Formats: sequence, structure tokens, C-alpha cells
Amino acid sequence: MSDIKKMTMIQAINSALDVLLERDERVCSFGEDAGYFGGVFGCTQGLQEKYGKQRVFDAPINEAAIVAMAIGMAANGMRPIAEIQFADYIFPGFDQIVSELSRLRYRTAGQFTAPLVLRTPCGGGIYGGQTHSMSPEAFFTHIPGIVVAMPSNPYDAKGMLIAASESDDPVLIFEPKRLYNGPFDGDPHKPALSWSAHPKGEVPTGHYSVPLGKAEIVQEGNAITIVTYGTMVHVALESAKMAGIDAEVIDLRTLVPYDMETIAKSVGKTGRCVVVHEAPRTSGFGAELMAQIQEECFYALEAPIKRVTGWDTPYPHAHEWAYFPGQERLIRAMTETLEA
Amino acid sequence: MTQAPSSNAPGFIVPEPTARPGEAPDFSGLNLNPTSPVERPEPGCEASQTYPLANTLIRVLGDDNVASGPWDPKLSPKTLREGLHIMLKTQIYDSRMLKLQRQGKMSFYMKSRGEEAIAAGAGMALEFEDMLFPSYRQQGLLFARGRDMVDMMCHCLSNAKDNLKGRQLPVHYTWAEGNFFSISGNLGTQFPQAVGWAMASAARGDNTVTASWIGDGTTAEGDFHGACTLASVYQAPVILNVVNNQWAISSFAGIAGGQNATFASRGIGYGLATLRVDGNDFLAVYAATKWAAERGRAGLGATLIETVTYRADAHSTSDDPSRYRPREEAAAWPLGDPIERLKDHLITLGEWDEARHEALQEALSKEVLASYKKAESFGTLREGPLSPTPSMFEDVYAEQPWHIRRQRQDLGV
Repeated sequence: MSDIKKMTMIQAINSALDVLLERDERVCSFGEDAGYFGGVFGCTQGLQEKYGKQRVFDAPINEAAIVAMAIGMAANGMRPIAEIQFADYIFPGFDQIVSELSRLRYRTAGQFTAPLVLRTPCGGGIYGGQTHSMSPEAFFTHIPGIVVAMPSNPYDAKGMLIAASESDDPVLIFEPKRLYNGPFDGDPHKPALSWSAHPKGEVPTGHYSVPLGKAEIVQEGNAITIVTYGTMVHVALESAKMAGIDAEVIDLRTLVPYDMETIAKSVGKTGRCVVVHEAPRTSGFGAELMAQIQEECFYALEAPIKRVTGWDTPYPHAHEWAYFPGQERLIRAMTETLEA
Repeated sequence: MTQAPSSNAPGFIVPEPTARPGEAPDFSGLNLNPTSPVERPEPGCEASQTYPLANTLIRVLGDDNVASGPWDPKLSPKTLREGLHIMLKTQIYDSRMLKLQRQGKMSFYMKSRGEEAIAAGAGMALEFEDMLFPSYRQQGLLFARGRDMVDMMCHCLSNAKDNLKGRQLPVHYTWAEGNFFSISGNLGTQFPQAVGWAMASAARGDNTVTASWIGDGTTAEGDFHGACTLASVYQAPVILNVVNNQWAISSFAGIAGGQNATFASRGIGYGLATLRVDGNDFLAVYAATKWAAERGRAGLGATLIETVTYRADAHSTSDDPSRYRPREEAAAWPLGDPIERLKDHLITLGEWDEARHEALQEALSKEVLASYKKAESFGTLREGPLSPTPSMFEDVYAEQPWHIRRQRQDLGV
């Protein structure tokens, strides 16, 4: 048994990398500013010093090259974990992800595979403007062949990163940067919360994993099911509490393949469902969830499924909180669904 | 409000090739005739010592069919005959496969006519353990490594014995046992991947080098820049080959900026060792590849090699080059035919003759035909049998997730 320590999400990710680098000599970690400096958010801090430059190093500012280098290394027996500095910057690497990474096993009939992890901070709530706030997960959930995940707390962030590195599939992990230093309940005017007061901030220092493809019911309830992931998990919990709604809140954790069994069971019980994400609405991942819930749970539904999302605009800077799908919008959607 | 361009506005330039259909071929601008012998620095030299080599042309076989100069790898007649064998096999295989494609036996085909020396020369110069990240016109690498021809054909026929289970277009081979990576249809993606592979080899210290190939047109892709940057930054043991065959489907090399500077000279900006090589000279390709491999194996980093050649046939079975270039261009190519040149060299050495050449051609034609008969017995795309239909749902992930399993069930397989 390893010790339990209070960790932020950044510390938990750092701890996961430390455990992986320690246990498996095939693991290496690289990215822009992710070597000597330890990453712009500090997720790789101290690791180069500990494991040396062959294991932890700086990469040139070329996301396509970073992904391609990781593919080549992974195909040649390594287990690279590459950091894309912001999810907003991942698009130069899109072709390597869509056309190469995701299909290598398929197009070679299993002769070559690329078991690697891409980690990237996503989401808003930090006044990052339109180039540091995106939640682009839906682009990636549309690609057969990669696993897409988004943890919502330090415990899951560490356990899922370890599971991802130990998986034989390529895994893309979006890390909600607003949660890096503390949970966020959707109220930007409150003082920042800390992970130290949160049960999921208690993280084992050693090796453990959180399985990919499994959702977590973070709060049981009977009146309505909230299906969400990332930052919005915390906003959903607080919104239900504020409105006194007996909501069952599901943290999806892995988006592809998602845990439909858990969702269907919950919606079967509550008969009402709201899908929530920070990303824009049109063709967002919520659309997939709603379609599948409708197909599987139609006869259990007592009201139309609603979704609460970011608007179909770029993420604004000054009007960040008008964009962010906060407590008011969640409470309205839950109330309307309950009254329908 | 839009405005008509003023008649004296300079406008921008859209480069044109020197000749279009109906015009006389003209390769005078290509700098193919260095006046003095090209120097050969030691493979352990500073990269900067190679920079003059980016703007000249390394040749070993002269117009007199004699091998000479510092780049002569001094190969034995046996090795030369092996090179000729691989090139001729490539040519005869390609011709037969093209005919079969025209007969509807396969969906698509791409020949490497005119460029056979590039794959044969590099394939023989590298060790079997060295990793290959090819493009789609280096099938000669497979012959150089002794891949079974029936297996290659089964892939092209997309039949039940296709080692890629019918998932790739013909000629997009993969052969892991032969250290031959998967060929992508997206251009240039393999270039930076090859650097990553080479870095993993270097980290492990396995003493192999990795080689990759792209075309002149693909140097315009960001992945070319990414690969050169990675190769330069991490000094990876990789050989980055640009096969300048003058044409990217219908776009001549000038549309990739080839008129303004040689493709080899791109390497100078990255501080890479760079060589510009007569790609129709088997000996020059062999020698340049050996040089770069020795450099990489010694831990001295990457080399960018431009092989200057000419795509003597269509881009693919979906292309008609008579619509954009003179029919006579291939015959007018100043660097000749790679197969003829090596053959003539061997004859000049007294190590080959027309009768032996014809006998080899005949033997290879028979081998190709017999292989095809055997391959066809495992099926064709049109007639089947193909790999079992449920296999199309496999290998997306290591294990089939629920949603793909359900979709397979929806298809009823």
C-alpha cells in the first residue's frame, strides 16, 4: 500500500508520470517547454532532473512533429507520453492523429501499433481567450481508433494517465486546466477552492489505475440524471445542490468508448436527463450522448433530453462568464426537464 | 467593390514547366552536369562540409558506362548483377501488375518506372535490420529484402491472403518482419515518424539506422519541415530521402519551389548533412546511402539526400500524363534509364551480355506470371474470396469496444 497525499491535479499528473517513468523504462515524456522547465503548468516539473534527458525532454514547437515523433517511438517499442501545451494548439497535429495514429493498428492489420498518450490542457474559466480555452474533444471522439478521456479530479487524473500509458491503444487525455489547482463549482466570484479539502484530492503516491471506459456516479439521485465530464462535473453538483434537486450526476471520464451501461441504467431509473459540456453545442459530444440515450432509453424518458453547453461562438475573453455554461443555465435546464 | 487588375500590375508568379504537351522537352535548367568530379568528404565530417554537395550532382556511372570518382563504391560484379536483378524484377513486376489492373484484377496500381535504382540502391546499401519508412514508389525495397512476391500480389489483389486484410489500397504495403513500415496514402506523414523511430533505436542503442522516402512535391508539406527539424535537433540516425522525379501527379517540381533552389539545399538551413545524387545511377544511390548510414550509425546524425530522377510513367493508374507533359520527355531525360545504365556498365566490365540479360528478363517474367497464378488462387478483389467481413471491425482498438461490436452485429456478421 502506498501512502495517500493531498495533491492538486498538476501534482497528481506529475506523480503519475513519475510512477510510470520509474516503473517502465519504455516510458518517455516530452512536449513544448515540458523538459527542463517542466511545462507551462508544471505537470512535468522535476522529471528531467530525476530521469535524464533521454526520458524527459523539450520538443520543438511543431505539434505535427511531436505527434509523429511519438508515433515512431511507440511503433518502435517505447511508451511515449507527449504533452500538447494547450488543446487549442493540437490542430497542426490533427492529420497525424486522424490519418496516422488512430489507424496504424487497423491499416497494418496489427503489425504496427502506436500505444502512446497525448496529454493536453483544455477548457476555459481562466480568462484564456479564444486560443487558450477550447474544449475540442468532439473533433477527436469522431476518430475511430483512439481513446478519448477527460478526468475531473486529481485521483482520476493520475489513475487514468497510468491506465492510458499501460493501454495498448493510443489515448488522448484532455485535462481541464480550470481544475488543475482546485475544483470549480461554476461561481467565478467565490474565492478559488482548493483540492486539499476535496476527497478526490487525496491521491495514493504509488501505482494505481482508474479504468478507461468506465464512468463514475459521483452523486446518486432519483429525480434526474446529469451526464457530464471535466469541469462541468463540479458545476453540475453545485447547481443541483443550490436548486435542491435530487440529481444523479455521472462523470463520464472516458468519452470514447463511453460507458453507456451506466448512463442507461441511471436514465432508466430517473426518466429525465440533462447532458452538460463546456464545448460548443452544435455537433458537440452531447449530441452523440443524446442520440444514444434516446435510442436506448426512449420508453423510460418522461421528458425531452436537454443539453447545456457553451455557445456556438469562439470562446470570448471579456465575456467569458456569459459564455461559460454556469449554474444558472444548469438550474434552468434541470428545472425545465423536471417540469416537462 | 472588386477592381480589374491594372495591366501593369506585376501579379504573382505561377511557375510553368519548360515544356507542355506538343513542345520539345527541355531539362537544361536542372544543373545535371557538374564540371568537376564531386568530392566525397568522410562520413564523419561536419555537416557543413557537405553543403557544396547540395548544389551539384553525385554520379559514379559516366556516360561512357564506366564507374569512377571518389563516390565509386567499388562493388563486386556479383553485387552489381544483384542490383540489376532487383531493378529488372521491379520493372517486370510493375508492368504485369499494370496489365492486371487494366484487366480489372485490382482496383489501382502505381509503377516505379524510371526510378528503380532508388529503391534497389538504397535497399542493398542498408542492413536488413535498418528500418524503412517508404513512400509508394519504392517496391524495389521489398525485392531487395527478399519479400515473397506472391504475398505482395495477394496484398495488391486485396484477397483472403492479403496481410493487410483488404484495408489498404494496392501498393500500400506493410511488412513488419522485413522492417518495412506501413505506407500511408497521406503524403509525408512517415517522414517525422521515421525520426521518432530512429530516436527510439538510438535510445536503445541498437545500432540501426532508419530511412524514409518522400517525393519532390511532398517537400511542401509541413511534415517535411517537421522531420528535418526533429532530425536536426535530436541528431537522429535517420536518412531522409527526397525522390525528385520532377512530377507530383501533374504538378512539376517548380510548384514545390524546385526551380528556386535544389531540394537537397533545403537541408542546409537545418544544418543537416545533404547530398544531391543522380537517382538513375545505381552506384551513386548505393554509395550515398552507405555514406549516410555510416554517419548515422556512428551517432553523427541525419542526412538529407535528394535523388534526381524522372517519373517515366503515369503517377498511378488513375493518371494520364500526356495531358500535362510532352510524351517524349521520359526518353529525353538526360540521366538515362537506370536499368540500361547498370546493364551497360556490367557489359562494359565484361560481366554481362545481351543474351544473359534476355534470359534474366524471361526468367523474371516467368516468375512474375507463376507468382500471379498462385496469388490469384487466393482470390481477387472482384471475384473474392476476401478476408472475412467481420475482420473489417477488428484492429480498430486492441480489443473490440461495445459500440463497434454492436455495429458489427447491425451489419449481421
